[in-house]
Amino acid sequence: MTLQTPLPTPVDPGLDRRAAASTRRAGHGRRPELIWYVFLVPALLAFTAFVVAPAAVGIFYSFTDYVGYGQWEFLGLSNYAALFTDPRILDSYGFTLGFALVTVVLAQVVALALAVALTRRIRFAPALRGVLVIPMVLSGIVVAYVFAFLFSNTLPALATSVGFGPLEASILGDPDLAWLAIVIVSAWQTIPGALLVYTAGLTAIPAEVYEASSLDGATAWKQFRLITLPLITGFVLINTILGVKGYLGAYDVIVGLTAGGPGTATSSVAMTIFSGFTGGDYAYQMANATIFFIVTVVISLIQLAVTRGRSVRL
Amino acid sequence: MSAVQQGPAQESAARPGVDRSRPPRGGGRASGPRRPSGARRPAGPNWPVTVLLGLATLTVLVPLYVTVSMAFKTSEQAADGNALSLPAPFDGSGFVEAWQLTRFPVSFGISLGVALLAVVLTLFLSSLAAYAIVRNWDRRFFRWSLFYLLAALFLPFPVVALPQIQLTALVGLDGPVGVGILHAMFQLAFSVLLYSAYLRSLPIELEESARIDGASTWQIFWRVVLPLLGPMNATVGIFAFLASWNDFMMPSLITADPALQTLPVVQNIFQSQFGTNYNVAFASYLMAMAPTIVVYLFAQRWVISGVTQGAVKS
Repeated sequence: MTLQTPLPTPVDPGLDRRAAASTRRAGHGRRPELIWYVFLVPALLAFTAFVVAPAAVGIFYSFTDYVGYGQWEFLGLSNYAALFTDPRILDSYGFTLGFALVTVVLAQVVALALAVALTRRIRFAPALRGVLVIPMVLSGIVVAYVFAFLFSNTLPALATSVGFGPLEASILGDPDLAWLAIVIVSAWQTIPGALLVYTAGLTAIPAEVYEASSLDGATAWKQFRLITLPLITGFVLINTILGVKGYLGAYDVIVGLTAGGPGTATSSVAMTIFSGFTGGDYAYQMANATIFFIVTVVISLIQLAVTRGRSVRL
Repeated sequence: MSAVQQGPAQESAARPGVDRSRPPRGGGRASGPRRPSGARRPAGPNWPVTVLLGLATLTVLVPLYVTVSMAFKTSEQAADGNALSLPAPFDGSGFVEAWQLTRFPVSFGISLGVALLAVVLTLFLSSLAAYAIVRNWDRRFFRWSLFYLLAALFLPFPVVALPQIQLTALVGLDGPVGVGILHAMFQLAFSVLLYSAYLRSLPIELEESARIDGASTWQIFWRVVLPLLGPMNATVGIFAFLASWNDFMMPSLITADPALQTLPVVQNIFQSQFGTNYNVAFASYLMAMAPTIVVYLFAQRWVISGVTQGAVKS
């Protein structure tokens, strides 16, 4: 099992130098066939035109007072300065980061537990896995609408009939609890993908490793902690990086469940950024988006750094 | 986490942890221990874990059951607050109304068109680009192109949303076509990554012998490489399709004309009329969910192996 991170690790200067050296030795002077550029350039052009160029333009406007149309003036960093004292912005970051952290932990623990269970000697494994994976193929907004009904109608009705006070009112209407519903539905939707990745990781571990350790008298929990977990660190990394990135950009599920409410209790960063399109503070929200991008990259790099070197290969 | 641990010690001695074989249902398991030694007890299925997993599937099955049963209720029964009851009598009129309210054939067609455009663009752009990159890895331009494209892995849509909304409006792509293109753009990085990992594992001899036979690079790609990419095409295509078909965020922001909205977006009309027409809303949700569930039932193998390969290959 060789497992590399799915992320670009261009920061290996040695690799570049080695490859460049080999080019100089072997292929110097031989230009690559034109057709290779015909293969590659369409993707580069489309990506540049539709993603990179708009991003660059947007970042440029974040230093101005542009409202989305008409004239603008250069402002320097004042949009950025204002962000850090804006309670609406700070709250949205607090909510989004907290939500992402709780959800990624919950989803990974449940997914790993289910994956370990699925790789046991159990009956109906294909059917059980088949059902558990279904949420992955469903539309987030539609799922959120269904759960919104369950949270606001079914759950309170059930709680009332058994006399369980705390749930008799819809948790979606409670500013302190609404985020829980978002965590549950987001985890529900993302557990299947993580579960499949973990299943792949677990089935790659040779059974002999466990047999040897159980001859030595290791308990099941010890085996899990000392053998399984280190061997699937790479998969944990993939899952948490993809998961956190997805949760940070959360939008569909929140729109379907609470639309950011009650009040602004569950407004994610994505939602405040989009408000810049209708709210007339385009430049200000682009500054927000730029900060959001930096936060996303930094969090991904921290995750990489924390897990780097802890991955064990067989 | 309790499902993680394997309870009885003798069981972990028998075949601990990973059931790699995932034996063909029925036969393989019943045919007794695979080890000739006879020292180990043939492990029967682990029933406690099977039952726990069965309970876990309820978290998926109950919301689906509620969706189906609500869809077939009369509007009176749907409003009675008991979501778990069976429809009595069965009533299909919700579907008729939902069909008209969402203009189902139109929004279904638009969703399908957007998803197909996203899939075709993703397949072509990313397979060609990955092929060019992998076969020219010793050239700096191609190497750096990969890192350039992979940068999108760090880029959540909200960061570039505002300028993209502007850009698409400016060039007349503020409709389904623009949405399809943008879906492909955000699928590009991961797809190129999958393709290039897969291409590296292919033997180059086939291509070389085709070249000796006088085939051009394009012919080699079309006749030799593309067929070899079969499994990866299925994986990339299914992921591009699901991401596009299920998306709410992009079409709701990019498409200016409400009459051209995709299926997930038009579901929001039930948010205002939710008070009285639960059965219609759920009939509509069911019609929006059904296509991907049907695709999943038929393509389950590809979906599952896709996630697995995505994790292991990359």
